[in-house]
Amino acid sequence: MQLRLKIGVLFSRVRVEEKWIFGAMEKRGIDYERLDDRAIHFDLDKPQSWQQYDAVLERSISYNSGLYALRLLNSFGVPTVNTAAVAEVCGDKLMTSAALARAGVPQPHNATAFTPEAALEAIEAFGYPVVLKPVVGSWGRLLAKVNDRDAAEAVLEHKSTLGSVQHSVFYIQEYIDKPGRDIRAIVIGDRVLTAMYRNSEHWITNTARGGSGELCPITPEIEDICLRASKAVGGGLLGVDLVEHPEKGLVVNEINHTMEFHTMQPLSGIDIAGEIVEYTMSVARMKAEG
Amino acid sequence: MSTVACPECEAEVTLDAGTEVGEIIVCSDCGVDLEVTSVDPAAVQLAPMEQEDWGE
Repeated sequence: MQLRLKIGVLFSRVRVEEKWIFGAMEKRGIDYERLDDRAIHFDLDKPQSWQQYDAVLERSISYNSGLYALRLLNSFGVPTVNTAAVAEVCGDKLMTSAALARAGVPQPHNATAFTPEAALEAIEAFGYPVVLKPVVGSWGRLLAKVNDRDAAEAVLEHKSTLGSVQHSVFYIQEYIDKPGRDIRAIVIGDRVLTAMYRNSEHWITNTARGGSGELCPITPEIEDICLRASKAVGGGLLGVDLVEHPEKGLVVNEINHTMEFHTMQPLSGIDIAGEIVEYTMSVARMKAEG
Repeated sequence: MSTVACPECEAEVTLDAGTEVGEIIVCSDCGVDLEVTSVDPAAVQLAPMEQEDWGE
């Protein structure tokens, strides 16, 4: 007998990616429910309403809402894409760096300090320029390229005075003189689905910041580093950002666990939303079949 | 195709066919982000401001 699987899609707002995902669900006749993370609540004494789902696909815009929802769902025994453990690692740049370092995956040189004084010492040891990044955050927000000591002192003071406590985790990364582009690859399970260059004249190459996309061939090197990076953070459905380092070759800059693909899907001609739905169904089937 | 007044500038905003609840549209007059809260009848509200933990 064919099992009738029920899928939940957790979301915050319906971006074009969510429209495509909902469309792919409907095209396949999948029984799914849209779960607006601003409208739901979790009663820990009543996990049953959540346990009706064979899998939940998390597409929250808010990292906090998504992460806590995943933790609760996983504690209820509900499989999620991605898992809470993966979101914990990918949503925090320092956790990602630690996981990559543990697995020996190449990444930019980075250091962390917890006071402006200690951060300044670390920056001076790096030499200028360096990049300061918030450990949690996305879309290229609040990245600072620090060219000299004066700028370092100013940015560190601003971060510690004006930012939340999170901004006093000073994450320092070497500035990479990259060739006006970086690479975004989409990994699904043990496959690199597609990749693109993100070209920009600005040192921040996010398409959210105006970078433009260009198809990037998946070389054996790209495939290898992406799969190793994915494995290092726990695997699943991931957007791996690579930078071409002038000395080190390809390095992993960050990994996104709820990746956007509005540029990549039309560019690659690959039905990424459909692949996401198929992967989610495979996770649901694994649970249903025990 | 249904229309609704922009809550910011009162210009007429048109919902394209296929618009879904939860989608963000931009008022072509004042440029504000609007969240679609209903399609039939059309209703929108000012979209929430971007938060620090938003992203992908």
